[in-house]
Amino acid sequence: MTKTGELLLEVQEVQKYFGDRQVLKGIDLQVERGEVIVILGPSGCGKSTLLRCLNGLEPVQGGHILYREQDLAGAEVNWRELRQHIGMVFQNYELFPHMTVLENILLGPLKVQKRERAEAVQQAQQLLERVGLLDRAQDYPRQLSGGQKQRIAIVRALCMNPDIILFDEVTASLDPEMVREVLDVILGLAKQGMTMIIVTHEMGFARSVGDRIVFMDQGQVCEMAPPEQFFTNPATERAQHFLNIFEYNKL
Amino acid sequence: MPNSGIEVLFEGSNFERLLGGLLVTIEISFVSIIIGTVLGIFMGLLRTVNSRPLRLVLRLYLEAFRIIPILVWLYVVHFSFSPMLDIDISGETTAILVFSLWGAAEIGDIVRGALESMPKHQVESGQALGLSSRQLFRHILIPQAVRRMLPGAINLATRMVKTTSLVVLIGVIEVVKIGQQIIELGVIKAPNASFWVYGFIFILYFLVCYPLSRLSRRFERKWQT
Amino acid sequence: MNLDWEFIVESLPLYGEAMWLTVRLALIAIALSLVLGLVFSLVLFYKVRGLSSIILAYIELSRNTPLLVQLFFLYYGLPKVGIHMSEFTCAVVGMTFLGGSYMTEAFRSGIEAVGRSQLESGLSIGLSKVQLARYVILPQALAISIPSLGANAIFLLKETSIVGAIALMDLMNVAKDLIGMHYKTAESLLLLVLAYLVLVLPLSLLLSWVERKVRHAEFGN
Repeated sequence: MTKTGELLLEVQEVQKYFGDRQVLKGIDLQVERGEVIVILGPSGCGKSTLLRCLNGLEPVQGGHILYREQDLAGAEVNWRELRQHIGMVFQNYELFPHMTVLENILLGPLKVQKRERAEAVQQAQQLLERVGLLDRAQDYPRQLSGGQKQRIAIVRALCMNPDIILFDEVTASLDPEMVREVLDVILGLAKQGMTMIIVTHEMGFARSVGDRIVFMDQGQVCEMAPPEQFFTNPATERAQHFLNIFEYNKL
Repeated sequence: MPNSGIEVLFEGSNFERLLGGLLVTIEISFVSIIIGTVLGIFMGLLRTVNSRPLRLVLRLYLEAFRIIPILVWLYVVHFSFSPMLDIDISGETTAILVFSLWGAAEIGDIVRGALESMPKHQVESGQALGLSSRQLFRHILIPQAVRRMLPGAINLATRMVKTTSLVVLIGVIEVVKIGQQIIELGVIKAPNASFWVYGFIFILYFLVCYPLSRLSRRFERKWQT
Repeated sequence: MNLDWEFIVESLPLYGEAMWLTVRLALIAIALSLVLGLVFSLVLFYKVRGLSSIILAYIELSRNTPLLVQLFFLYYGLPKVGIHMSEFTCAVVGMTFLGGSYMTEAFRSGIEAVGRSQLESGLSIGLSKVQLARYVILPQALAISIPSLGANAIFLLKETSIVGAIALMDLMNVAKDLIGMHYKTAESLLLLVLAYLVLVLPLSLLLSWVERKVRHAEFGN
């Protein structure tokens, strides 16, 4: 939507093994600033693993991940520093249960980025307002619904002012009626030009939010296309098959 | 390092005597575990009976062992019962009595826990298959109960072996006592004996207890549901 | 049975003194065990090479040997290699050697109960390992560990009954001496049981209250 032509992140030939099993078989992907990439694929295709590699939660065994003239696949990576620029939102929210909503959001800005409290609080409040949860700032996570928790988790990632946010099936644990409120937040971010890589099973959402669809199967990128083209006229048989299954699910 | 001391362990029949002493403690634990298990199974069954006073009494019985140290109970029996009843109870008998009663309380609690945690639908699905209540017990309830109980029971056995070391304090001739005798006899010839003898007894206990706790942990992991 | 009340009243100060010894000993040993347990469990959590294996070996040694034998070794054995400690120091060292492993296990299971994904969530906002422990893991782990830490504290308090074996004038020895000197068996033993009841029962009740609280007030994510 707001592509800038500036290359932000480049994944080259990334390989990942769990023991003997190869789960990523040479992934190539280029992400421009402001671009929204949606990764689709059957479960076990390696899409979540790829996301976790981009955040350093899983080491890779081959290839390169280039970001700001650094290779994140190398040995000497300062992940602490990098994770401030590459945010991540998890399927199960993973808010810290012993902290209030505001404390959850402020932990990174204050302790990792060492920012001024007043300034960080101000940003946190603005972001909370934007997701409609300003009045819950002093609540504990257990007092919130799943959808609310996930919106807070997004705010927590946003408040670090990252370059990219990775979304790992963020609606998969939600009750159906709460999916919408979370997706709306992400759509809003896309409109503002946030660079995002989104792993999801929500086809309609993928279609409307994505600049590009990346279809993965068995540890490989099978197809990469603009959403309209991918959903109306998929090029590969595997993608057709995948989309057919989802058609079935709708019946 | 103390030299010319470790030989004391192998002088004469010292080595065999120490092992014999260890056997006394193991015997006491073993006999107590057996008696405790038999009594404990009854007690565990009784604790699931729907009678508040009965459950309360049995609960208090368990708490008596959980709150008052075992050594205190050993002293109570050792010092009071024999003169009072005018019968001479040996240290071993005292120990077996106290450890059996303690074992009954703890095994009872393990049995109660296993029975109460047994899911109802297991019984129901067994009945649905047309099993008689005897078959139900034999094929469904007992195997599952054993899985729930065995790790805790082995754990208790380890604790009991460790606790039997206390019986030296009520005059039982066991491994520590024999160790003391060896040390006293060798006071002049082997002045460093106490280092080696107590070090050796330390290792002996470890060799008995470590396999037991390994076993208990393995069962725990294997049967974790 | 007729109890000699005069004797009981006269003996009370002796028991009081011994209880004070027990309480002092238990408090010091529990505090040191907690420190040891916290440090050791963190070493295990960070998988510090070498150190972790030593701690694991220590845990097995400590948990699979009786306190009495540990104390005898410390009190009678170690002086032969030039390490002399007073009875009280021996008791503190012995009980800390024992309690440290129990406390380590309690902290460790609390730390393990904090989910892996909580760690990843902390990492994903750039927390360092130390910050992760301080802000994410320990606050949650401590809350989870409290019941087992409390149970261990009670266990250690009861284990103090063994230190009489190395000539400390504790409750056991007071009772034994009174029986030996005055033949007031029933009175001495009654006071002994009561003394432990007074020491342990309130803690035991407190612990079961805490356990119920914790079970009902779990954080929930």
